[in-house]
Amino acid sequence: MDTLLQQLINGLTLGAVYALVALGYTMVYGIIGLINFAHGEVVMIGTMVAFTIIVSLAGSGMPPLLILSVGLLIAVVACMVLGWGLERVAYRPLRHAPRLTPLITAIGMSIVLQNVAMIIWGRNYITFPPMIEKQIYEVAGASFTNVQVAIVVLAALVMIGLTYLVQRTRMGMAMRATAQNQHVAQLMGVDIDRVIAMAFIIGSALGALAGCMVGSYYEIAHYQMGFMLGLKAFTAAVLGGIGNMAGAMAGGLLLGIIEALGAGYIGDLTGNFLGSHYQDIFAFMVLIVVLMFRPSGLFGERTGDRA
Amino acid sequence: MKDARIPGVLIVLAASVAMIGCGKKEEPKAAAPAPAAAPAPAPKPEIVVKIGHVAPLTGPIAHLGKDNENGARLAVDDANAKKLEIDGKLVKFELLGEDDQADPKTGTVVAQKLVDAKVAGVVGHLNSGTTIPASAIYNQAGLPQISPSATNPKYTQQGFNTTFRVMANDIQQGSVVGTYAVKDMGAKKVAIIDDRTAYGQGLADEVEKAAKAAGATIVAREFTTDKATDFKAILTKIKAKNPDVIFLGGMDAIGGPMLKQIKELGIKAKFTTGDGGCSPELIKLAAAASEGVICTQAGLPVDKLPNGQKFVEDFTKKYGQIQIYSPYSYDAVMVLIDAMKRANSVDPVKYLPEVGKTSYDGVTGKVEFDEKGDIKNGAITVFEIKDGKLVTLKSEGGTVAAAPAPAAAPAAAPAAAPAAAPEAKK
Amino acid sequence: MSGRFGRSPRGMQHWLGFLLLLAVLLAIPFVAALGGQAWVRIANFAILYVFLALGLNIVVGYAGLLDLGYVAFYAVGAYCYALLASPHFGIHLPFWVILPFGAAVACLFGVLLGAPTLKLRGDYLAIVTLGFGEIIRIFMNNLNAPINVTNGAQGITLIDPIRIGDFSFAKTSTIFGVTLSGPQKYYFLLVALAALVIVVNIRLQNSRIGRAWQAIREDEVAAKACGINTRNIKLLAFAMGASFGGIAGGVFAAMQGFVSPESFSLMESITILAMVVLGGMGHIPGVILGAILLTGLPEALRYGIEPLQKAVFGRMIIDPESLRMLVFGLALVLVMRFRPAGLWPSSLRRRELSEATD
Repeated sequence: MDTLLQQLINGLTLGAVYALVALGYTMVYGIIGLINFAHGEVVMIGTMVAFTIIVSLAGSGMPPLLILSVGLLIAVVACMVLGWGLERVAYRPLRHAPRLTPLITAIGMSIVLQNVAMIIWGRNYITFPPMIEKQIYEVAGASFTNVQVAIVVLAALVMIGLTYLVQRTRMGMAMRATAQNQHVAQLMGVDIDRVIAMAFIIGSALGALAGCMVGSYYEIAHYQMGFMLGLKAFTAAVLGGIGNMAGAMAGGLLLGIIEALGAGYIGDLTGNFLGSHYQDIFAFMVLIVVLMFRPSGLFGERTGDRA
Repeated sequence: MKDARIPGVLIVLAASVAMIGCGKKEEPKAAAPAPAAAPAPAPKPEIVVKIGHVAPLTGPIAHLGKDNENGARLAVDDANAKKLEIDGKLVKFELLGEDDQADPKTGTVVAQKLVDAKVAGVVGHLNSGTTIPASAIYNQAGLPQISPSATNPKYTQQGFNTTFRVMANDIQQGSVVGTYAVKDMGAKKVAIIDDRTAYGQGLADEVEKAAKAAGATIVAREFTTDKATDFKAILTKIKAKNPDVIFLGGMDAIGGPMLKQIKELGIKAKFTTGDGGCSPELIKLAAAASEGVICTQAGLPVDKLPNGQKFVEDFTKKYGQIQIYSPYSYDAVMVLIDAMKRANSVDPVKYLPEVGKTSYDGVTGKVEFDEKGDIKNGAITVFEIKDGKLVTLKSEGGTVAAAPAPAAAPAAAPAAAPAAAPEAKK
Repeated sequence: MSGRFGRSPRGMQHWLGFLLLLAVLLAIPFVAALGGQAWVRIANFAILYVFLALGLNIVVGYAGLLDLGYVAFYAVGAYCYALLASPHFGIHLPFWVILPFGAAVACLFGVLLGAPTLKLRGDYLAIVTLGFGEIIRIFMNNLNAPINVTNGAQGITLIDPIRIGDFSFAKTSTIFGVTLSGPQKYYFLLVALAALVIVVNIRLQNSRIGRAWQAIREDEVAAKACGINTRNIKLLAFAMGASFGGIAGGVFAAMQGFVSPESFSLMESITILAMVVLGGMGHIPGVILGAILLTGLPEALRYGIEPLQKAVFGRMIIDPESLRMLVFGLALVLVMRFRPAGLWPSSLRRRELSEATD
């Protein structure tokens, strides 16, 4: 039983990370229906920037928590600028282009960002400096750390904050209006350029946050880390129903837990015919089954024709 | 992918082409298989010999690729500094470094590019997946190819006389680790993880065999990928099985985070790994969690070898931290050059037979090839990580030949720690 | 298109153009060989990708089904060839048996993928196909135990080259006084195959089926209302696209003599999709152009970036290889920025685009 509990804790943390990244995808998708494939790279840049700041401040004698906060803050700001820049330079000119065009742009941007990061931060794996001393807690035979708690709490806070933003503020109302119909929103006086830019900025800020979490959880960073993470998070977003915030959150958590349970129990379930190397297959199978019964994801609404 | 390292030497080739040796002008001509490559130059006192090197320089394992290339570059610089004369001519070596992106398709294109550029030999590639398809092209062109890191046994089993490797195969290394875990560490229950690459899978299979043969039970066989960072799910499963020893067949980049997670989960088992994780990089990535890790490298400890130590110093000064395979690519280049010297020719046709007869004291140990081109009976050294350094526990095998110095140094260990003397057990 | 090959003066022009094209195609391997055999190999891969891109074009360009797992079929074809013509199982069938067989198996997989995803649209379909591609790759990477089917990550070596009697495509030989290297022979084979897929693409475009696909692409509900059996027609798109992928995979395995799962990563699917979109979705010449450019550009940069840097800055500032992929990425972004419908879109698409207000 303690194994199951431990696996759930593992899955929950992993899921919270996926969820944070997935929210970035969903923010953008929900409003303009674009899969921002470069989002994983934004997360990576966030991690790298935070890394640089933290390392350069490490010897300054400031308290660790302050250093961490400064690093986080600068990473968030850097990613906001990056997200704004991406939208302005790469995506805005394509707003009326065929649907797949921005997808290729996103792939191109993702290659560019990866290689820029490789030139700046090098090819080697980087140790993300552990700023908070890790405390290990044990409950009922399962262990977890304060960093894990922080990740889950942070993910929950971000979720609540975003829901508030979208449901209760004027900007949020503008976002929902833009998502429903850009033209009508524009007629109602919504500055859709600003709204869309905001979606990218907020999404990227979330990406930076997720990046810092990933960095301090695994204590490792690499210029290619964004790709797999982005892919998994994207899967999570689709699982939950892309464009839907609660969906991204649920999809992320679900995917994390499925992966943990898959790796943990797939061998026992199949009499050791399939082992933990089929963990990803397991996750994708769940995805396919869910989509067969709910073609728009768990929380998604039928969005009509988009191909 | 890469495999066990052995003291090896690789060779590279020297190019016979005739870049017109105008005085000592540097010939930066990297790519362009210029159609002009041909006119036979009048015999001048200096010839340029091109040696090809291929590894992924972009993509997920670019850090290893660049490391390999730097090792080869250092070898070329060292060789040039010696002002070698072959067949009465002053030889200037030039390295053509190519990027195969770890993609088999690109691997064949760059292989052809090197053949077109008339290199005299090739060091590479890094992955088995690119090395094997490329080897057919080098073979057709009659160029010797020495891989510093490809460990797939199939590479040398294709019946080509041009394929060599300076890296030990998985069987040797796997059996040392597996036996050590059971016999010396007293493990009764062993858990094995591999990263599903050709390297990790091959090594883990051998460890499993050796550990079973030594009398231990394999309580868990788990898998991850070489791009993963979260191992908690499989580790939790392993924890429930309560093994004495965990073995990882994989690289340091996953070993580092894995060690930290082992600690977080409160797993008490000892951690062992092969050469892919037996590096300063692992210590850097895992920090305190790497304490007590047992790992193996091909070759003898670096501090026993004069040239090994010098390599570590020179390399670190020039390129920084050694990743993993650069000492092997260094030796590979040196083996090629050595063969050219013995054959007194930079023509692949003439010096290729000499490559097979190599007996060279490299920075990773003594390099000799068997009839397939695999390194002969390389030594395997077992290390423990103590106080953030790799400390030698013991060495097994290895030709402590009549050579003056016991050959080989484990390449990747810049930890020229005040290590315990390696008892080279025959 | 064949209709245009009439006897009118315009028809004459078409014939002349056709002959010119043929001459150019025949000359390419010999001209490229002047720059080194590497260029012949690059040309071969370019044509292989033309083949793949046109196969994917059926699914994405004609039927409008966004497929991010196309490489799965390519992998299936390659492994079919590898398993049936290598010492791995000791089976050595001739290529003219395996290639159709590989195509058939890939086709079956296409239907297998298509069937559960019929209800899905757009991005949901994209992620499922992506997952499918990964599933196939993971199986190939792991099916070495308990029964060794694919030899796992180590891949399959010593795959037979394509051979007709004693005439092997892997070796250099002389025919009618012309010396042909291995890559040059594969070139002609690939050109012939590419011609086949081009003809199929052209014929499909204006057929009943082609129009049905187009109808589905534009509006599935309306298409259904018009009496189109959308289920079968969509499955047919998947199956046809997959078969071409399977053939390409077989040729790839024969050409390389080695297959391993790393050749069939997600990046490969994305690259093929990029070729289709960059060139001009649904437009055959555009897709061909896209495939050639995206294969050729990184290789051309490999040769060009070092001299370029030296010329511009006088010395090497950045590793050529880092810069190479950077330039490649930028090229994708810039092309899409200035030619949103692709480099060579069909006139129909261009019209749609200029009218589009949404």
